Amino acid sequence: MSATILFALGGSALVGLGLYGVIIHPEPLRKILAFNLLGSGVFLLFGVVARRGAAAGLAADPVPQAIVITGIIVAFAATALAVALLLRLFEETGRATLPTDPPPAAGAEP
Amino acid sequence: MIIAWTFDAILAIIVLAVAGWTIAARDTFAAVIGFVAYGLLLALVWVRLAAPDVALTEAAIGGGMTGVLLLVAVARLRAAQAAAAAETPGAALRLVAGGGCAVIAAALAASVLLLSDPAPTLAPAAAANLPQTGLGNPITGVLLAYRALDTLLEKVVLLLALLGVWSLAPDRLWGGLPGLKRHARGDDPLVFLARLLPPVGIVIGVYLLWVGADDPGGAFQGGAILAAMWILALMAGLIDAPPVSRRWLRLVLVAGPVVFFAIGLAGFPLAGAFLAYPEAYAKPLIIIIEVVLTLSIAAILGLLVAGPPERAPPPP
Amino acid sequence: MSLALDIFTVLAVSAGAFFFLAGTVGLLRFPDALTRLHALTKADNLGLGLVVLGLLPLADGALGALKLIVVWLFVLLAGATVSQLLARVAQRVGPSR
Repeated sequence: MSATILFALGGSALVGLGLYGVIIHPEPLRKILAFNLLGSGVFLLFGVVARRGAAAGLAADPVPQAIVITGIIVAFAATALAVALLLRLFEETGRATLPTDPPPAAGAEP
Repeated sequence: MIIAWTFDAILAIIVLAVAGWTIAARDTFAAVIGFVAYGLLLALVWVRLAAPDVALTEAAIGGGMTGVLLLVAVARLRAAQAAAAAETPGAALRLVAGGGCAVIAAALAASVLLLSDPAPTLAPAAAANLPQTGLGNPITGVLLAYRALDTLLEKVVLLLALLGVWSLAPDRLWGGLPGLKRHARGDDPLVFLARLLPPVGIVIGVYLLWVGADDPGGAFQGGAILAAMWILALMAGLIDAPPVSRRWLRLVLVAGPVVFFAIGLAGFPLAGAFLAYPEAYAKPLIIIIEVVLTLSIAAILGLLVAGPPERAPPPP
Repeated sequence: MSLALDIFTVLAVSAGAFFFLAGTVGLLRFPDALTRLHALTKADNLGLGLVVLGLLPLADGALGALKLIVVWLFVLLAGATVSQLLARVAQRVGPSR
């Protein structure tokens, strides 16, 4: 298999790894980290598709690469918003995790 | 040829190993450091995939700025970390989640191995129309000419994210100064670095913007470096963040999208469609858009890292 | 001539890689933060300098060679600043880790 397909398999593994991290970690900051990992795995798959589209004297198809550049910047903006939300949650409640819902008491309104 | 393949294989394995360590690390600080290292290694992977523009963006924004953002968050959330560790899920959930994610990864890998050969590509169309735009870098051509609408909407998304971050300030601090006050001590090595690096960094940022027309580079990469220099000076305490209610700051922020949009509207009478450039003026218009875009991007990225206002605005 | 330059490149880059390896061994084996910093800064800066030296014949023109050297100087600057800051913190926290 060529090196490009190797990177594509790596990208798929990163998607799986990132998704696992999002599910497993209780702290939102670790979830944000794992979500970034997931996103970069998807971008890697885009990059492989771009590399396979080499033609007309260019080393790679420029359209997926431009989309990945846009995606990296938007992912950073989303991460910044998520981190700001998390810090505000910490300031308001003093804890950095989302509370699990307590079981409703008998007779209490849902 | 075999050496290049071995290098790529080792690089892919190291990237996966660092990513695995980022997920598995017990301490959040160690995980963030692993993420920064992962970002830099990923930039190497992008170079091997013949995508130097993406490598620059990943190293600057994906590795650098996201790393700064997360490190600041980890430092602030240190007090709450011990409580969070108690909620780790048990082995059963881990097993089920791991199995599900392995299935998803395997499905993605299978679809990659079944990709059609020869691959469909837009490279001939991109290369054929590039001389009309006056550019030499096909990625800049895609970002600012073929898919200019995407870039315009992306700028609007960045502005909306910044508005979202600002709106998280308490009501009494609306329009105030982002971040905490830092004081520059005279003998601090960070102050030394913040005095030495920004002049050079600004030159490099402008150079990246200018050279992006024909070589790898562009508005986003240059803007990221300018934002990084501003953040460095902020963190060393050499300058203070401007209050977010200042008119000149808001003007700089919206100048990028507004100029872009105006040139796009001017495309209606001049060239027949939104964001169409008249033949003879394509390159000057693109350069104008790129320059204003770089300033806006630098301001937006810097303010996203600085965060919501935390100090009351000074009296006008 | 180009064969001699290629041999020089391979030798210099290999020497640089050896110094990086030495720095990593020091990172893993030394007992506390200050000694690890010492191993890293000394070995890694010299290692990077040797790698840059070995890549100079392969750079395109004088401008490319100048860019390589400037990159090395930037890494020196950043590395020196960061190790000073780390050492300051390590000295304040004490040899607990």
